[in-house]
Amino acid sequence: MIAEAGLAALWLAASLALLQLALAAIGLAGGKTELLSAVRPVAVAQGGLTAIAFALLIALFLRSDMSVLLVVTNSHSMKPWLYKFAGTWGNHEGSMLLWVTVMGVAGAAVALFERALRRETHMATLGGQAAISLGFYAFLLFASNPFARIDPPPADGQGLNPLLQDPGLAFHPPTLYLGYVGLSVAFSFAVGALLTRQVDAAFARAMRPWVLGAWILLTLGITAGSYWAYYELGWGGWWFWDPVENASLMPWLAATALLHSVTVLATRDALRAWTVMLAVIAFSMSMVGTFLVRSGILTSVHAFAVDPQRGTFILALLGVYIGGALALFGWRVGAVREGAPFELVSRETMLVVNNLLLSVILGLVLIGTLYPLMTEAFGHKVSVGAPYFDRIAGPVALTLMIVMILGPLTRWRRDRMREVTRRIAVPMAVGAIALVALAVLAWGKIGVLPFLGLVIALAVAVGSVAPLWKRNLRRTPLFTWGMVIAHLGCAVSLAGMACDSAFTVEKLVAARPGEVVETAGWTLRFKQILPLAGDNWTALQADMEASRDGGEPVLMHPQSRFFASPPTTTTEAALLTRWNGQLYVVLGQEADAGRWQLRIWWKPFVTLIWLGGFLIALGGAMALIGRERRGWLLKWRARKAEEAFA
Amino acid sequence: MKAKHQRLILAVVALVALITAGLLAASALKDEAAYFYAPGDVKAKGVEPGKPIRLGGMVVKGSLQKAPDGVTIHFDVTDGKATVPASFKGIAPDLFREGSGVVAEGAFDRSGTFQASNLLAKHDERYMPRELQGIQYDEKTYKMKAGQ
Repeated sequence: MIAEAGLAALWLAASLALLQLALAAIGLAGGKTELLSAVRPVAVAQGGLTAIAFALLIALFLRSDMSVLLVVTNSHSMKPWLYKFAGTWGNHEGSMLLWVTVMGVAGAAVALFERALRRETHMATLGGQAAISLGFYAFLLFASNPFARIDPPPADGQGLNPLLQDPGLAFHPPTLYLGYVGLSVAFSFAVGALLTRQVDAAFARAMRPWVLGAWILLTLGITAGSYWAYYELGWGGWWFWDPVENASLMPWLAATALLHSVTVLATRDALRAWTVMLAVIAFSMSMVGTFLVRSGILTSVHAFAVDPQRGTFILALLGVYIGGALALFGWRVGAVREGAPFELVSRETMLVVNNLLLSVILGLVLIGTLYPLMTEAFGHKVSVGAPYFDRIAGPVALTLMIVMILGPLTRWRRDRMREVTRRIAVPMAVGAIALVALAVLAWGKIGVLPFLGLVIALAVAVGSVAPLWKRNLRRTPLFTWGMVIAHLGCAVSLAGMACDSAFTVEKLVAARPGEVVETAGWTLRFKQILPLAGDNWTALQADMEASRDGGEPVLMHPQSRFFASPPTTTTEAALLTRWNGQLYVVLGQEADAGRWQLRIWWKPFVTLIWLGGFLIALGGAMALIGRERRGWLLKWRARKAEEAFA
Repeated sequence: MKAKHQRLILAVVALVALITAGLLAASALKDEAAYFYAPGDVKAKGVEPGKPIRLGGMVVKGSLQKAPDGVTIHFDVTDGKATVPASFKGIAPDLFREGSGVVAEGAFDRSGTFQASNLLAKHDERYMPRELQGIQYDEKTYKMKAGQ
């Protein structure tokens, strides 16, 4: 019954989406404005139904209902409940249902909470959101039904990939999807504004909180995903330039550019057409990413060709929505009036440069991700790996970081070169001192990119707090603090990346229990190796004692886990976090009788990478709350004033 | 400055930036195009020692040897056309075994042995290195099997 109810809820939601689109279209184009008042309730109902369908799928997983195909292929009755729960979206159909749920709920939120947008544009936006949702409903219902039954039901399920059996699965994919699909709101806003020809500062102010919200979640999702890969894969790396990772980075790059250009539009009424274009690009990147991850094309073009139904479906959706939005853009861009002018030396220019560099990085990552697929289609096997991305995207990203110092210290509209130079003097001096000091201490010992990374990170750290200089800190608006914290987060993250690649010490040994391994100032006593059993796994666990400079020893337990369903071995690294870095121990295989492989890394300041990511998201949250609170305060004061007169 | 001039300057700067980026990408991709090698390619084209590449093929049955240090392994990689010796220091992935496919990152040393710094294996439910097409993933036994 639950599965049927879920399917019914989905069909109902899809028909409501169709109704929502029809009401908005007829209401706006046909001038039947009385129909428009029904759009918002329909959007809310549609969002509620998707949430119900998703909750029902979760219930099926929690109850291990083995008459449902998806549960059989992805779950097992012996799994801990957290992984039954999170396993709901650890597969194709479930994650696509999560996708439409986020889209439906985001649409409902726009219907309920958006107050700043003009009514016409608001309705057009909801129509746009329904139009995108419809395509993904069709995909779910015709090509990826999560509620399909299996008859006869097997005794038990096939289990979930053990690499996914980690608390990270409960947090990372939903957060990422909220951000990823949240960008659909920006897309719909852009479509709505193009349809009603209302692209201006008020439109940008209405769109900004939605972009910020999606961007914050996307930032958190990527940060969490990076840390998850770092500790779960046992490779000691935090970013692999894997196409799946690039699929989440590309929307983030576009959303970051959009976030900055929408601020220019909201503050100065400039960059109108460009901002609308970016809003279209950002969600397009989400869809491209979904196509890459969900079509099977990454495994190989041939695997895609073998089972092309899903891939072709998403490709068609991509074509229709991106093509449609670009066509609408081309058709209506003439109606978007030229925005306000600005001088060459101004914050607007700095933000244009920011957008340009972010777009270049986006383009480079996109080319690097798609190039192997294109050459493979023509019969050449090519891999594009870390060397390409580091060499190409690295320098552009570092340049962008330098612009990040300049931007906030330049005035809107017009500024003087001499003034800007004076304001950036301190960060630049810090950078220069760091450059000389590092050159003396470590020249030739570390690579060029980590070297420049450290220098620029220090300069940006100082530069990011410089806008607070000589300001009354208590009267500084929260959104200014948000910008400062987010930019500081970039510097912190960059410093972590540079430290990790410059100073990591690695040791690889085969040791017997009882032996002592020394590396990077740490003494590790390998005490013993013991078998261990968990809910649905057995493991070999090494007991190690780590101590530094004769300090108190700390226990560490790296494991090698064996899962029976499906039969897989995973490594569970042991991490010891100190303020100045992380000790990372992996237990390998038995080398020969009695000797075990141990891989030990000392990674100075590696945790800064994710702390930085968290600060970036925190800065975004402060900006969001700051802006919204100012809006509420202004409204509240206006109402008070009205009441006083009345 | 007039608005027109200013737009022109911005457009020119943007154009220069994009062209530079495009050229950079093109040059890097040209290098990258020669990044993946099967043993047959190595024999036919030759790879200079020290150049970072990816080597992909099958691990020859009976070729796997463990070195006395306990963390180094030696094995041969073949694609049916040629066979090259390789060695790897580190913890090999669980799916790495004789008779199965492997993609190794590293470089050849002067003696012609491929020194691998990393062995790639699949790390997701249905995802494995795309270079290993033709080497199939058996959904039932969760092992890779050699394809046609």
